[in-house]
This record gives sequence, structure tokens and C-alpha cells, in this order.
Amino acid sequence: MFEFFTNIKVDWMGKRKAFIAVSIIILLAGLVSSIGRQFTEGGTDAFNLGVDFQGGTVATVKFRQKPAADDIRNALQTVGVGESVIQDSTDKQDEILIKVPNLGRREEECPNVDEAGRCFVKKALDTFGKEAEGAATLQDDQSAAYKIVGTDSVGPVAGAQLRNQAVIATLLGMIGILLFIAFRYDWTYAAGAVIAVFHDVLVTLAFFSVFQWEVSLTVLAALLTLVGFSVNDSIVIFDRIRENLTLHRNESLYNLTNNSINQTMSRTIVTNGLVFLSVLALVLFGGEVLRGFSLALFVGSITGTYSTIAIASPIAIWWQSKLGAAKVKEVQTRSSGAGGKEKMASASRRSVTRRPVTR
Amino acid sequence: MKNTSLLIRTGIIIVITIAGLYLAFGPRRTPTAADFTYQGLKNNLAENINLGLDLRGGSHLVMRVKTDEYLQKMTEGDEQAALNAAQEAKLPVTGSSHVAANGTYSVTLELSDAAQADAVVEAVRKKVDFTNWTESRSGNTITWTLPSNTQTILKNQAVEQALKIIESRINAFGVKEPTLQRHGAESAGQILLQMPGVDDPERVKKLIGENAELYLMKIVSPPNPSPIQKYPTEAAALQSLGGTVPSNRKILPYSEREDSAPSPSGTPVPPPTEYVIVENPPVVDGSELRTANAVSQTNNDDDFQISFAFKPSGAQKFGEWTGKNIGNYMAVVLNGQVKSAAYIKSQIFDQGEISGKFTRKSAEDLALTLRSGALPAQIEYQEERTVGPSLGADSIRAGVTASLAGLIFIVIFMLIYYRGSGINAVIALILNLLLTLAALIVVDSTLTLPGIAGLILGIGMAVDSNVLIFERMREELRAGHGVAEAVSIGFDRAFITIIDTHVTTIISAVILYLYGSGPIRGFAVTLVLGLLINLFSAVFVSRTIFMWLLERNPQMKKLSI
Repeated sequence: MFEFFTNIKVDWMGKRKAFIAVSIIILLAGLVSSIGRQFTEGGTDAFNLGVDFQGGTVATVKFRQKPAADDIRNALQTVGVGESVIQDSTDKQDEILIKVPNLGRREEECPNVDEAGRCFVKKALDTFGKEAEGAATLQDDQSAAYKIVGTDSVGPVAGAQLRNQAVIATLLGMIGILLFIAFRYDWTYAAGAVIAVFHDVLVTLAFFSVFQWEVSLTVLAALLTLVGFSVNDSIVIFDRIRENLTLHRNESLYNLTNNSINQTMSRTIVTNGLVFLSVLALVLFGGEVLRGFSLALFVGSITGTYSTIAIASPIAIWWQSKLGAAKVKEVQTRSSGAGGKEKMASASRRSVTRRPVTR
Repeated sequence: MKNTSLLIRTGIIIVITIAGLYLAFGPRRTPTAADFTYQGLKNNLAENINLGLDLRGGSHLVMRVKTDEYLQKMTEGDEQAALNAAQEAKLPVTGSSHVAANGTYSVTLELSDAAQADAVVEAVRKKVDFTNWTESRSGNTITWTLPSNTQTILKNQAVEQALKIIESRINAFGVKEPTLQRHGAESAGQILLQMPGVDDPERVKKLIGENAELYLMKIVSPPNPSPIQKYPTEAAALQSLGGTVPSNRKILPYSEREDSAPSPSGTPVPPPTEYVIVENPPVVDGSELRTANAVSQTNNDDDFQISFAFKPSGAQKFGEWTGKNIGNYMAVVLNGQVKSAAYIKSQIFDQGEISGKFTRKSAEDLALTLRSGALPAQIEYQEERTVGPSLGADSIRAGVTASLAGLIFIVIFMLIYYRGSGINAVIALILNLLLTLAALIVVDSTLTLPGIAGLILGIGMAVDSNVLIFERMREELRAGHGVAEAVSIGFDRAFITIIDTHVTTIISAVILYLYGSGPIRGFAVTLVLGLLINLFSAVFVSRTIFMWLLERNPQMKKLSI
């Protein structure tokens, strides 16, 4: 058999303080980055929000003769667009991305549009020659100088709507997962898994803030996917803990958790390694449109694995130990009564033993 | 006994695989030999799968109907009608006013004699539909207020009406396979329009947004043969009315030349230079139109007119009025501008013409707008996404490359790491991919770029199931169990975990579907389908393969894992 880590015996729980410290440092970096950026005058914002969430326009433009970025910026300035980001496409020589912040309504120039970006970009680019209009491509229309091949133009109202939807979806997703794990396992596990997931989302966002990667609608999809993956990891370990609880009744929860993590380590490494590889393929070959999505998953697939071991399990057993101590006491004092017995029985039926954690 | 269950399992797998192959690669017609070539299969797949706008190119527009404007216009109209009704009945009404702001819409009439209030209400009721308004009286005033639940209903009706009108306009325009539907919360008044293949939506947008409000109005002027009474400025016209515009008059700009056609240089069109005064309630309006067409005598591209004809009710009104007004001037008013003016030569019943130098394109668009009726309120665009076909093709290429690269990484790894059993996993993976595509076709969902990412992640999850099972089997083998027992325990134990992990991911995907928009939904759909199919491919199929191995060699001592 060709295997990694068949017989590891690592005291994961013993390192929980170090783990939590690492997480806190990353989260603090994200916090400092986002707060620092937000309150620095004239600097960038906490997050580099894409047009999906704050409104604005991104146009992908194909040129016959690509002008210098500064010339495009100047042309935009001439028509009255002060700020703009001009970005070369990573995989296309003749294409350029023009990002224009929220211009809002400009009824005189561009009637009936909540966001006038596209109309202004066109106006500015017309100084380089005319656009191949309608269905015509640059090949069809030899007199044309450029062609807007794609735009995303989102007005402030729609942007706010999408932003709210995103937050609601993420929160509801977590609540749904919390409820499911609570139903299948126990509240303590659910809390551990959800805190771990929350941690993953925050860590990923910290990276997005520090490196100023663009947060777009697809990043939301990536966040929810990594929520799913991270919870998967937690569930695999929890499932093993649950199984071991029934097999080794005299083992302390502390050791049980360590053993469970070690037993599933091989699966953790293989699965996450493979997910990591497919995400790497997305980062490398997925193209410009999926960039944010791929990066979010890239960070998420690492932190998701880490948080299961470093965050979810310690929290679950820490809480269990607190509850367990209280519960055992309660059950002991009431063990003569029928009610007490029933409670104990129902607790063990759900395979959650409230046993004290000892080293 | 065991043998029959194995045969049944195998049968199920074969049937499903063939069905999947047909759904994904089969033609929806009698197959020909060409369908079995690589190119033929590829074409069939492209035909069967519904590609999203981000992959095939097209426009995605979210618009909002300005419903508050609709209520405002309605309130203003009702005020005018109520005042007219009371005055016609010779009742002592001294003034009228309306409120149309911040969600309050009301019409107030002032009387000089409060005792006549009942008579006024009765007179107004006959002419104005105030059924759903709440009436209140205080002192010398009567006020009708629109309750908020009625507002909601009316706004909703306005959006529905706009939806119908937009539909008829884009259909007439010839957009292929458009998606047009309500969008977001009902109160938001939003409409989503998706047009595959249209990557420059400007003309369609213009056509939708164009509000062709057509009125035929009497011009206040001495009759023919004197020329039309025109004024050089709005102020001059106002002065002739004594400084204020009475409610039964309007001052409108008059421009003979067509100015809605885009000028080639893009410079703004100079404002019209003359004004005329018209009588306010129009003779007939655009809702009475039966048809409108672009016509040209010369067939010259910039010499078009629009001829229109009335419905019977409009023809009746128009005929009556023209009969009484021979020699008077009549204005054709389009969107608040007098487009043409002519004197009435004789009684006309059902035909009219808007002259002016229209280009062919603008005349056709205008005729179309007139035919489809007026939008209840203006439309504004809140979200506008366009993808050119070349950008879409690039995205497909990127998505497919990334999926294949991911798949190849995974296949190589599984074969090296799990050896013989790796083949088993690879079969399950490929089956998963095939059936997910087939399922996408069955549920008629669209494949978007994030959807392709969902496929890749589905592959990731599928591999996870195999890994969980295989790792468990290895553990059981290490613990000294026989091969048959290890396989059985491995599947049974891992199945519990697999169910739990799948359900949690499905929960988040479903929520993403419910609260996400556009392409994100495509991601959620492919992920959910991939996960459901994975329960079949990674558990059922994979187990059947192991069962076959054990059936052929029941005393198997070593499993290649």
C-alpha cells in the first residue's frame, strides 16, 4: 500500500492554544488591513468591492491597436470620468478591462439608466476611433477601432440589493448548517463547526482585504462553497469522534478527539490535497472572469482544513467539557429519580456523552 | 441469491449510463451515422446543453418600472378629470390640488359651498373611478386618498402591464429566445430581460424605454387659411395666455424636423425654436390606435412618415371632432412635442399621419412603439451586463481547460495512490461527470461559467466520497478484517459520513440558489445535481464494482487498494 500518514500520533488538542493564536494573528491582520484602509484618507477601502456590490461599470474592450493605459485614462477624464482603473487582461493581448466607479444617473447624457458607466466609456473610447456596433466584430468592420466585448454595469440600487442578498445568503447558509449538525450531532459540535466556518470566511476575507483582491458576486459563491467544504471536514472528524465514543467508553474525550483526527488524517490530506489541486487548476486556467472565485477557494481550501483541526474540534470538546461537568453533576444528584435516568438515556442514545475531559 | 442482486444492480447501472449517454450526446431526432463521429457528438452536446448568457454571449438587463411616477400621473389625471366633472355639472368648485409624494397620493377639491359636497361627489363619481380611494371631507374640501394596499395593487398592475408591453415590443423586434420575467421582490417593481446573442443592447433598450405617448390635440389658432399661431419662445406663449397656463391649455414645443434619430456626430440636437398652444384634454390618445406603420413615398432612407389608424371607438371620437372642427388646426403630439400640424380639410374617421423626416429605422421603431401601446411609466435600467460571443467562447475554453486539468490531476493521483481501486474511483468520477451533464439537460437548467466551477467542485466532492470509503477499507484491512468484510464495513461506515457531508453542502447550495442571482444559481444547480448523482456513482456504482470483484474471487486475500 502506498500511503501517507498511516500511523500518526500527534497531540493536536495540546497545540490548540498555538493554533488559535495563529488564527487570531491572521484575523487581526485582516482587521487592521480593513480598518486601516477604510480610515486612511484618499486610500483604498477595506475591500476592493467589485461593481456587483457597490455599483459601477466594468467594460472588457478589444482594440485593434491597443492605446496606452494613460491615454485611455485621459480620454475618460476628458468626458468627465475622474477615477478609473485600466487593467490589462492576463490572457488576451488586445483586450483591456476598464473599471469605472459609480457614476450614477446622468439624465442629460445617458437617459433612463441608473448607472451611466457604459455610456461614458463608449464616449471616451470614441476618441480612438469608432466602435464596431451591433453584431459586427472587429473583423467585420475594418473601419472600427475597438469593440466592447463585455460589460457589467450595476446601478447603486441593484448593487445594494446584491450586497444584501450576499450577506443574507451567507448567514442563512450558516444557520442552515448549524441546525443540521445540531440535529445530527449536538449543539456543541454544531457550534464548533460553525465557528470554524465563520473563521474560514473571515480569514478568506482577510486575505481579500490585505491583497485587495476584488470581491465580486462569484466570490460569494466561493465563500459558500468553502463553507460547505469546511463543514465537510468537521463532519468527517465529528463522525469519527461519535463512532469512537461508542467503541472506547473509557477513553477521555481529549484523547478520543486526538485519535479521531489522527485516524482521519490520511483522508483529510488526500481529499483536501485533491480539492486543492482542482482549485489550483481553476486559478491557473480558469480565466479572468473566475479569478476572484478561484482565489477565494484557494485560500479557503487551506484554511478549511486547518480550521477543522485547529478550531472546530477544540471548541467542540471545550464546550462538551463545560457542559459535561455540569451535566454529570446534575445527573448524579438526580440519579435516584426516573427523570434523571431518562435524560441520561436520551443523551447517550444520541451518542453524545457528557464526560469530563481530562488529560 | 447474491448473484441476482448483483445482476439487478449491474442492470440499473447500465440502463442509467446509456440514458445518460443518450441525454448528453444523443440527437433529439433519428440518429444518423454522422452522430457517432467526434464532431457529431460534440455538436449534439452543444445543442442539448443550455448555455448561460455568460458562455454564449448576450445581454442581461434588470429594469425597474417607475411605479411611483405611474401613480403620480394617475393622480394628476384624476384631479383634472374630477375638476372638469364638477365644473361641467356647474357645481361651485373653487379649486383643486393633489399630493403625489412619499407614498401619499390624494386629490382635493375645494368648494365654496359645503352643502353642495354630496352633489360634487356624485358628479365626480360619474366621471372618475374613485372606487378604491378613501373619501374624506373637512370644511369646504373633499379629499380622495389612495390607501396603501391599493397603491401596491396598482403598482403591481403597472409592472405587469409594462411586462406585457415590453414583451410585445421585443417580440416584434425579433429578439430570439428572450427571457422576460419579474425580478426580485414584488414591491421592487423590477423586470429581468435576458437576450441571448444580443451583445449590444442599445437599440433594444431604446425601443423598450421609448415612451411613445401620442395625442391628437387641437391647436389654439385662427383657422385656415390663416397660418398657425406660433410663438418664438415659451415666455411669449405664456404671455398670450395672461401669464398662467389654465388647466385646459398647454404650451408645447413645435419642431417640424425629426430629432429622435441619432445625429451622426453625436452632438446634441438643438432645441426646438417655436411653440404652440393646444387645448388640453386631447381629442384622442395613443390608446385608441389600432395600428401604426412606417411609410414612405420616395422610399428614401431618411424620408419616412408614420401612418396610423384608430380602433372603432377612437375613430368615432375623432370623426365627431373633425366634423365639428373643419378648418381648424390639429397637432400630432408625440412625447410632449408637436411633431406635425395640419388643418382639418374634411371629416376624417380613422386615419392619420405623422409627417416629419424620419429615418427608416426610427420610423419603424416608432411605429412599433405606437402599436404596442404606451408604457404605464418610465423604465430605468439598474443592472446591465453584456457578454460578447468571443468573451463567452473564451470563458468556455477557460472553464473546460480548468475542469480537464483538475480531472487529470485527480485521475493520476487516484491511480497512483489507490492502484486497482483507483480505477474504480475513476469510473465513478467519469460517470458522475456524464450524469451531471445529463441531469442538467433533464432539468433544463442553464450551464453558466460558475456552473462549470460547480462541476469541478462536484468532482472534488465525488473524489472525497471515494477517499472516505477507501481509507475506511484500508483501516479495516489493517485491523485484520478479510477483504469482503472490509469492503462491506468500509461502504457502510463511510456512507453515514457521506450523507452528512452531502446534506450540509446541499443546504448551502439550496440557500445560494434561493438568494443568489443569475450565474450564481447555475453554480448552485450543478453543485446540487453533482452531489445527488455522487450518491449513485461513488456509492452504488463503486460498490457494485467491488461486488463483482468479490463474486469472481470470493476467497480474495488481497485487495489492490
